[in-house]
Amino acid sequence: MNPLLITLLIPILGATFIQLLPRDKPKIIHRSALIFSVTAFLISLVLLFGFKTNIEQYQYYAYYPWISDLNAGFRIGIDGLSLMLVLLTTFIIPLAIWISSDSIKVNIRQYYSLILLLEFSIIGVFISLDLLLFYVFWELILIPMYFIIGIWGGKNKIYATVKFFIYTMVGSLIMIIGIIWLGHYVGTYIIHNSVGFTTSLVEIQRYANQIPINIQNILFWMFAISFLIKVPIFPLHTWLPDAHTEAPTAGSVILAGILLKMGTYGLIRFNLGILPQASLAFAPFIVSLGVVGIIYGGLLAMVQKDMKRLVAYSSVAHMGFIIIGIFSFTVIGMQGAIIQMINHGLSTGMLFIAVGFLYDQRHTRLTEDYGGIARLIPRFSVFFGLAVFASIGLPGLNGFVGEFMALYGTFSSPFLNNHTYAIVASLGVIIAAVYLLVMYKKAFFGKITNPDNNILKDINLKYGIIFVIITFFMFWIGLFPSHFLKFSETTTNKYINNIELIIDK
Amino acid sequence: MDNIENNAIFFNLTIIIIFLPLLGFIINGIFGKKINNEKIIGIIGTSTVSISFFASLYLFIYTNTYHIPRIVVNLYKWLNIGDFQINVSYQIDNLSLIFMMVITGVGALIHIYSISYMHKDRSFYRFFAYLNLFIFMMLNLVASSNLLLTFFGWEGVGLSSYLLIGFWYDREFKGYNIKLTKDAANKAYIVNRIGDFGFLIAVFLIFTVFKTFEYSNIAQQAIDNKALYQNSTNALLISLFMFLACTGKSAQLPLSVWLPDAMAGPTPVSALIHAATMVTAGIFLVARNSVLFAMSDVTMGIVTIIGILTALYGAFSAITQTDIKKVLAFSTVSQLGFMFAALGMGAYSAAVFHVVTHAFFKGLLFLAAGSVIHSMHDEQDILKMGNLKKYMPVTFITFLMGTLAISGIPLFSGFFSKDEILWNVYSNGNVLYWLFLLIASLTTALYMFRMLYLVFFGKEKFNTAEVHPHESPRLMTIPLSILAVLSVIGGFIGIPYSLGFWFSKHPNLFDGALFKIFSDARAVLLLENHNSIEPIEYVLMTITVILIISIIIIARKFYLKREYSISKKLADSTIYKLSLNKFYLDNIYYTIIVNPLIWVSDKVFKNIVDNIMIDGLIHTISQKTIDLGLSIRKIQTGKIKDYIYSLTFGVILILVIVIIAFL
Repeated sequence: MNPLLITLLIPILGATFIQLLPRDKPKIIHRSALIFSVTAFLISLVLLFGFKTNIEQYQYYAYYPWISDLNAGFRIGIDGLSLMLVLLTTFIIPLAIWISSDSIKVNIRQYYSLILLLEFSIIGVFISLDLLLFYVFWELILIPMYFIIGIWGGKNKIYATVKFFIYTMVGSLIMIIGIIWLGHYVGTYIIHNSVGFTTSLVEIQRYANQIPINIQNILFWMFAISFLIKVPIFPLHTWLPDAHTEAPTAGSVILAGILLKMGTYGLIRFNLGILPQASLAFAPFIVSLGVVGIIYGGLLAMVQKDMKRLVAYSSVAHMGFIIIGIFSFTVIGMQGAIIQMINHGLSTGMLFIAVGFLYDQRHTRLTEDYGGIARLIPRFSVFFGLAVFASIGLPGLNGFVGEFMALYGTFSSPFLNNHTYAIVASLGVIIAAVYLLVMYKKAFFGKITNPDNNILKDINLKYGIIFVIITFFMFWIGLFPSHFLKFSETTTNKYINNIELIIDK
Repeated sequence: MDNIENNAIFFNLTIIIIFLPLLGFIINGIFGKKINNEKIIGIIGTSTVSISFFASLYLFIYTNTYHIPRIVVNLYKWLNIGDFQINVSYQIDNLSLIFMMVITGVGALIHIYSISYMHKDRSFYRFFAYLNLFIFMMLNLVASSNLLLTFFGWEGVGLSSYLLIGFWYDREFKGYNIKLTKDAANKAYIVNRIGDFGFLIAVFLIFTVFKTFEYSNIAQQAIDNKALYQNSTNALLISLFMFLACTGKSAQLPLSVWLPDAMAGPTPVSALIHAATMVTAGIFLVARNSVLFAMSDVTMGIVTIIGILTALYGAFSAITQTDIKKVLAFSTVSQLGFMFAALGMGAYSAAVFHVVTHAFFKGLLFLAAGSVIHSMHDEQDILKMGNLKKYMPVTFITFLMGTLAISGIPLFSGFFSKDEILWNVYSNGNVLYWLFLLIASLTTALYMFRMLYLVFFGKEKFNTAEVHPHESPRLMTIPLSILAVLSVIGGFIGIPYSLGFWFSKHPNLFDGALFKIFSDARAVLLLENHNSIEPIEYVLMTITVILIISIIIIARKFYLKREYSISKKLADSTIYKLSLNKFYLDNIYYTIIVNPLIWVSDKVFKNIVDNIMIDGLIHTISQKTIDLGLSIRKIQTGKIKDYIYSLTFGVILILVIVIIAFL
């Protein structure tokens, strides 16, 4: 059987299985969820080892007929880009499940089922090669996310959930119209198939360049709005700090670590892949928004008092680097954007786990409630520092690779043809050092100002393992980025060649 | 033999030099707490750096004996995307070797010193781990063959510096907006980041223009395309952005503000990182990219002027400081200014020579100051010391040697390097530049002898019943003595032709070692390597020496003979306040940059843009939707009668539409 299909199905099997377990056995439920997610990760490694890096086509392709009247099918397959993101997903989810046992005490069965359902739908998003199927998975994510924040979230959870839901729904509704229009146009006017409609991504990618440019421009935004909300890009970002802050730790980790990347993934796959001409036309505008996001997100992170909100705003800044990397239309920039997606997942994921670690013990996320805790929990402080410096973009750690490449791509982009974008964006590296180090300093160093903190316990074996694993990957990517970049190289070249062909015409 | 690549012996030797300190960091960092034995930790930390030193020395002697100009050691490809190739590779030539020997040599001495200085510190192992990490990063910075690996080291030393400044992170430390050492650590890192921004942009520009990150390739291409490249916009921008990086790391105006506060770190750290090695990284970067700088006349002018201004700024600020380490910190700022002035004049080897002698005497002065602080029970105020020569003779003698060296007394090491800078500034520049640097030199002698007299002479100004100063243990005095000897005789490796012509055609060994490395840049600048005797050189030298000696006599009168106290009139004078408050640079930055930025972010971006504008719009839309729903809901009254009415109305409506449509 296709290992890709197995990777997709294991989480949903797990979600079902957990529902059959007795409700009063939290340990068994937690362990089962962990086992299913780890199995999914191991199977996804099979994908990695069997992946041929020099092939442009989608690999592990599978097709099952679905709605023949729409020519919609269950089409899945991966290229280098989706491979990286599937692995990121299967890597982050077990960690998120593992740390959940500390904070999740009610409705445990539902919780783990929902997390696994979430994993199922995220993987689905990344491997769908059918627009309708993609849309189904895209929408499916809302359900577990809605409940995870709404049930296990913090004080303001309802507000945050509804905001998250509405933001996403607005984008989705526009996107489904885009999908219908696109499917209809290509099916009826270009390939003239019997039903006059298609949702096959491969077909649409091949023929979409025959769509009149003014329609392409409209279609571009029908997809882009939804993805840009997800990223999120300034000024569509205000759902993110609320959702992040109110979500339980695992929810924040998944949200920042993986869900945001669905936005940037969508931009590459649909906007760049299907509508390259429109992408070129709107690139300066979108890159400007990305640059604004880098600076604006950084400045807002600087004035946050809540650590989780700070990390949330830092995400707005970090995702900005991904955006400018993608819309630089250079191999270096896009490769940088792809590796930055992984990096952000690791370092921000680790920061959220770390803040959650403190919150579970002290039930506060305000920086000012801590102070001098490095004396009390030295090991934890070292790992927190590593995540901080990875986020700042210290060379040798992962964050630098992506930022540097995305910035250079933008700087040298012949399409943008303007150094200003990259120069202003580079100021973001100064701001990142300010907000992260000030928070690190206030919370961890100096005298122990709050006696309540004396109850803090240093990391146990579980957190030790989690932090060591993530740190290991931070160094690996930082010191040997080629080991990771090689998987997406062919895919990136394909997309950039496609763009360059259009320019030549 | 020209370039030697990946020869097995050189390869292994280079790897040992650079990676042994990393090994020390890993061992002490991870297992230090378990080892829990100061001796073992100290030996691990010190031996790694010492072996690196002897290996560098061996490599230096070997390559110079057999005339091997450059060895390239390739480890692996870090990135490889088309022509975007970044290697982890090292370039071993005399420039990198001189820096490597200073780093590991002075570094090893400071490690030995620290074993005693940090005795009984609760985080003894952490200190040595960080020191070794610093040495590793610094070696990467100077030994790299390309910009990116240098940037790795550049950022790495920034990290080590951050960790070491904040080493005692809950101790108090006074500074502008600084209460604890942790604040100083943050300030150092963040100010340096501004410089790093410049580094990044310079790297981007360089790759856009030259399509390579390798130093030798960049310089070669610049030379080959000299007609096109020289004084072009690219040449200007590349060198200017790179110089911005240098002003950060080397604490030059306008980014000089972090160094005095970096004194919050333990004194050995101030000696190693904030005097002898890290702060000279900016000098290294300009020296390594000498061709790129030489290609822009405007940048060279800016480098000179910034150097001279900083030399004056540091010296004038040092006069009024009362913290023994802050005096030395401003002195470092000032001395680094001298080096940049030399670089701007194209006197590259003079600048590097001053790096070396400065590492000796400033390292020495800091360690001696540490010895004083140690024996005075962490007292750093020079107004509360006095007559320490009686209690700590070795520290006194060594401090005196350092003072004589930095003041430029003939035959001491500082004399040779500073004189070479002054002469170059005069002969390649103009008399005005020379005059300014002369004033800075005289001020140097003034603040140094002020400190010497206040600390070691006069009457005891501390409570002799409570504080019993004593000589430091041998682990501290031995490194002091070695550095003192180097400070005295170290200058003889760079005797100018005018003083050494009678025994050799090339008395300046130092210049000889670096001659080839800078020959391209000097050719671009049309500077001749003149080995001629000019009478004016002797005149200037004599004037300088006479003035310095007079300044020392004045200092003696002012600070020793009379009981020293600042008159109120002087203390209220503008010039005194300017000096004491470092020309209000911190105040200016906070008032015009930091505070407004925080205010805008908080009040405008957070409260207005995010909360009122964006969220307000969203709330309004959702509220309108809810209102709409509420008003429509009123139709659902639950009364059958109402429903029958609306049903009837609906049927009629449909009928009307159908009829209209069909008619």
